Amino acid sequence: MAHRWKNTFTHADVTPEPLWLNRRAILAGMAGAGALGGVGSVAAQEALEPNTWEQITTYNNFYEFGTGKSDPSDNAGDMVTDPWEITIDGMVDNPGTFSLAELVDGMTMEERLYRFRCVEAWAMVVPWNGFELADLLNRAGIQDGATHVAFETAVLPDVMPGVRRNVIEFPYVEGLRLDEAVHPLTIMATGIYDRPLANQSGAPIRLVVPWKYGFKSIKSIVKITVTNEQPPTTWNKINAREYGFYSNVNPQVDHPRWSQASHRVIGGGLFNSREDTLMFNGYPEVASLYEGMDLRENY
Amino acid sequence: MPMSALSKFVDPINSFARKVPTWLVYILYSLPIPYLFWLAQTGGMGVEPINALEREMGEITLQLLIIGLAITPARKYLGLNLLKFRRAIGVMAFFYVVVHLGIWVLLDMNLRWGQMWADIWKRPYITIGMAAFLGMIPLAVTSNNWSVRKLGAASWRKMHKLVYPIAVLGAVHFIMVQKVWEVEPLLYLTVILGLLALRYKPSQKASGVSANG
Ligand code: HEM
Repeated sequence: MAHRWKNTFTHADVTPEPLWLNRRAILAGMAGAGALGGVGSVAAQEALEPNTWEQITTYNNFYEFGTGKSDPSDNAGDMVTDPWEITIDGMVDNPGTFSLAELVDGMTMEERLYRFRCVEAWAMVVPWNGFELADLLNRAGIQDGATHVAFETAVLPDVMPGVRRNVIEFPYVEGLRLDEAVHPLTIMATGIYDRPLANQSGAPIRLVVPWKYGFKSIKSIVKITVTNEQPPTTWNKINAREYGFYSNVNPQVDHPRWSQASHRVIGGGLFNSREDTLMFNGYPEVASLYEGMDLRENY
Repeated sequence: MPMSALSKFVDPINSFARKVPTWLVYILYSLPIPYLFWLAQTGGMGVEPINALEREMGEITLQLLIIGLAITPARKYLGLNLLKFRRAIGVMAFFYVVVHLGIWVLLDMNLRWGQMWADIWKRPYITIGMAAFLGMIPLAVTSNNWSVRKLGAASWRKMHKLVYPIAVLGAVHFIMVQKVWEVEPLLYLTVILGLLALRYKPSQKASGVSANG
């Protein structure tokens, strides 16, 4: 079932970072050519320039390691991610606890170049390595009547200063509706730029749901539970008015704290400009999941 | 600490302060601005320098407001006389908030006026920051000898008490910028409330009450 979604632009499936950077120059040239040919908007859409490894790994929200943007990169180094165990339970035919290697075994690894949009109105473009969550759930065997999937992050007070200070309630928990979880865009990522995830990026395995605000893409997962009710989610518990269960990127639905109309892709320096935020973060193929739903109410 | 021991520390500072010209405050407190812009531009403030710089300027504004508020209690309780620097401190606080706001308008929001206008009314932390900024304008405008003469010392002083709510609003703005309760902004608010409490004169109030009772 893998490969159900393709990067529209990239064909550089396993390009190491230096080559990526090279490709950027080519991209810039192509964007210009596209504009001349009258397909400027398509080119702009598809010409996603990945952020650098350094940018991706030094500006993070991972409250287990502190609330500042550089706290995760400063503090996450001591987390041991090998060995790592993930429990799959709930309404599945084959529950169990698996080592990372067992979990990943048989999954089809792909590169997915995705926009990543934080609710704080900044964004990145990340070349993830991972596999479709659908494949994992299908192997686990989703039982009839299941409606949602819940996820949980590791709680390791010894190496997580934010956990020791209890900055929010831990474990961090997240959830998706089942149809969202099995959508081809939804992946479990284990790497970036063909390198294993940095700890601050959610090593060794995390969720990536590119049409939702970043906090939905839960990191360093230790538990996946298939259930028949909407699971609690961390930021929703902290402030339900500000963070809904769905948290789809939506420039029309204002957040009490940040206008979601525009954002800034990080890494552009002091004179970087904002760009308009796209509905579903530029992934209109997920719109059918929400047909007939009031997205203002279900924010 | 007994008064004599205290004055051993305070007297040299006072006599040193007498010799220091106030323009030095303007010079010294202007230097961080080009330095921080340079640092931001050269990667010294991380990969998202706009927000980092914006925050840095906000924090220095609040620190200057606190220093300004500390001068009266420092004289009252410690005998430390730094009164002559207070105007310069206040003017620099205004200068930093202008830079803070300027970064927001130009670098952060890129002159998206519609979005900014909505933010000012819809985001409580921006509403509060803006209120604090507006409150500082009349204070900055009247921070000169001519205004003191024109208004009269008493009403000038009364007007400049506006800095009390401004500092509180600034600290509340700082608290609200965070998504969760953080220690640092709460410390700022505590210090500000403490400095305001030191101005409270319980003896007067108490005698007032007893006169009534
Ligand atoms: C007296 C007035 C003000 C003071 C004392 C002040 C102070 C601060 C402080 C201390 C911070 C946080 C710094 C940190 O996190 O280290 C901050 C952040 C911020 N302030 Fe202000 N501020 C004032 C007015 C304003 C105004 C007028 C605006 C805009 C209209 C504004 C917009 C912001 C923004 C956008 C942030 C950053 C928010 C974020 O990072 O998400 N502030 N300010």
